[in-house]
Amino acid sequence: MTETPIFDEMWGRDQTLRQPYASFNSWLETEDTARLRAKQREAEELFRLSGITFNVYGRAEAEERLIPFDIIPRIISGREWQRLTRGIEQRVRAINAFLHDIYHRQEIVRAGRLPAEMIARNEAFLPQMIGVTPPGGIYTHIVGIDLVRTGDDEFFVLEDNARTPSGVSYMLENRETMLQMFPELFSRNRVQPVQNYPRDLCTSLMACAPDMQRANPAVAVLTPGIYNSAYFEHAFLADQMGVELVEGHDLRVVDGRVAMRTTEGYKAIDVLYRRVDDDFLDPLNFNPESALGVPGIMDVYRAGGITIANAPGTGIADDKAIYSYMPDIVEFYTGEKAILKNVPTWRCSDPDSLAYVLDNLSDLVVKEVHGSGGYGMLIGPTATKKELREFAKKLKARPGNYIAQPTLSLSTVPIFTNKGLAPRHVDLRPFVLMSPGGINVTPGGLTRVALKKGSLVVNSSQGGGTKDTWVLED
Amino acid sequence: MLGKTANGLFWMYRYLERAENTSRLIETGQRIALTRLGDGDEEWESVLQTAGMASGFHAHNEELGKDAAIDWMLRARENPSAVRSTIGAARQNARLVRTALTGEVWEAMNRAYMGSEERLARRVSERDLPRVLGLVRQGTALVRGATLGTMLRNDMYDFARLGTFLERADNTARILDVKYYVLLPGMSAVGSSIDNVQWETILRSVSARGGFRMEYGGAVEPRNIAQFLILDKRMPRSLAFCAVKLRDNLGYLASNYGTRPQSLEMADALVRRLLTHDIEAVFDFGLHEYIEEVIGALGTLGRQIEIDFRFYE
Repeated sequence: MTETPIFDEMWGRDQTLRQPYASFNSWLETEDTARLRAKQREAEELFRLSGITFNVYGRAEAEERLIPFDIIPRIISGREWQRLTRGIEQRVRAINAFLHDIYHRQEIVRAGRLPAEMIARNEAFLPQMIGVTPPGGIYTHIVGIDLVRTGDDEFFVLEDNARTPSGVSYMLENRETMLQMFPELFSRNRVQPVQNYPRDLCTSLMACAPDMQRANPAVAVLTPGIYNSAYFEHAFLADQMGVELVEGHDLRVVDGRVAMRTTEGYKAIDVLYRRVDDDFLDPLNFNPESALGVPGIMDVYRAGGITIANAPGTGIADDKAIYSYMPDIVEFYTGEKAILKNVPTWRCSDPDSLAYVLDNLSDLVVKEVHGSGGYGMLIGPTATKKELREFAKKLKARPGNYIAQPTLSLSTVPIFTNKGLAPRHVDLRPFVLMSPGGINVTPGGLTRVALKKGSLVVNSSQGGGTKDTWVLED
Repeated sequence: MLGKTANGLFWMYRYLERAENTSRLIETGQRIALTRLGDGDEEWESVLQTAGMASGFHAHNEELGKDAAIDWMLRARENPSAVRSTIGAARQNARLVRTALTGEVWEAMNRAYMGSEERLARRVSERDLPRVLGLVRQGTALVRGATLGTMLRNDMYDFARLGTFLERADNTARILDVKYYVLLPGMSAVGSSIDNVQWETILRSVSARGGFRMEYGGAVEPRNIAQFLILDKRMPRSLAFCAVKLRDNLGYLASNYGTRPQSLEMADALVRRLLTHDIEAVFDFGLHEYIEEVIGALGTLGRQIEIDFRFYE
């Protein structure tokens, strides 16, 4: 392998300050480390007070933890962002068209661009959605596209999150914290605002209501409850939108509508932004054990009585095996080449690919098709011999369950450490809203950063932190 | 608003009020132990009873002692009414109803919780006790202050107030229930030193010494204490005051929702019964029987509020 230096978003490959960071750097040079250290502590205090926490699965139920926040912003120029936005819009439009197609005529399969078994044998495919068209034809109301960067103009899509992408509350709180701590930075840099997100989300959801005639459709956020790892975010979004935060036991089907139990009796809901997985949505139609869902909601949905965001069955679009077909999918539905690149992916279900993956395991990243949160994956270059051997066994036992990708040399952005600034690997999750009115990409997103030196794992559950993400007005 | 949210607000403020009341009781108990006028450990038994924690205490502790009693009331995990548990429960409810609270109320609640967890993580020494109790109450007072200063006066606020005053009325009634005998006329024509301690205990445990002095001067008459704690409409912890607040807030809810819930009728009946009598009539009826009846009525009222506003179903 050729050893090119890693691309740093502030200092490039050759220690030359990149333009988007110019103004920030001149400010930084005049800052004294002790003050920054105090600011870093202040930031933690602000987060603790606002209660922005996540629960860690597999630990004591009540344990709440803070996601570490780093005070050095990640800065993207307006020009870079414009190009990303075009790519994201194209991709989201294609995903939505793809979902409509596979739950209706499956033209893409008929055209021979996607093998039929990719759908028929896919666990994320929901037969209950066949022939159902959601209100406004929108499947993916809220999408988070995970991007990584490897060079000046090289962005790759790592993952499409089309089920219930989380993290948007961190995007908003990170900005809020930076505004409070470093107001002067925002007077010297023209940073595009992210604060409109909750309003945009609410408007976008309302525009997807089943009955377009009804003024002020009732929106509610459905949460699994206070022990869910993202409960804070659910409450945060409901609060910011000024809508009710409901749990399954607050809801029931009344007169063909889904209604919530209020102090004045049951009140119908038009749009449900659900943060509950498909499987738990309706014990009558899916998992009968689910106590988180609403019995009969799928019947109301199919009859057009409620909008569920995102639509049930969208999981098939962010499935990691489908991911490898995304360039084809984009081309098939938009008639254009995909603007955003995919990371080359080997589908282990294919015998030749499996053989290659097994031979090159120590150079690859192997992921579960339905996994998330960085669990159940193998990072070849950092794995021990024993881990490699054990993973090879798992691969051979269930090849269809895995995909493999080369290890990308992810870009870095400096973080603030006790010893000054130090580069760490990052990724980026921009947030996208879709309604019949169009697609809206919030300028910014969630930057996750691997706080450990050299680490590529940015997941909050495994020692990752976050940064404020700036998109500048050019 | 959701029935669940109404429930969460109601209990968040009940628990906050309970945390304050319990911390006040601990302070009173400690104060009396220090003046050595009380009956030593016996006094703690009565404090535990007033707090409704005596049976729980004895189930978990072999012997009654000052340190054990304080620890039980302050921070025992096994005691759901301990100060630390109730602040935790208040905050848990606050998380549940996060969308109904202003940012300032939520942050004040979170701060109170973090402070309590930090200060009550270990046994509190006698030396630190007054400061710790002060800080705990300061924390809950900030939540109340933020509530008064920033919350919209809508149905959410009404449920917060219902929780506050139901708990407070219950607390005052329980103090009277345990101590009623020292207020009975003729028990001691001239206050013995023991009586003085008992009277002071009662006044302290509802933070009423200052108010009482303003109203009645320095002379402590048991009849006046009963009048003050039961019927005085300006004393914010009296039964009459709390009952009027309960009726008012239920009245706001009723006009807001355009209904006349049964709980409003009950609160109204409670007010009329508490306010139309004078203290002599209360003594004629029998102080103890009267208090028992009030406690019963408060319990029924609480259950009716749950039903009227669909807290659970």
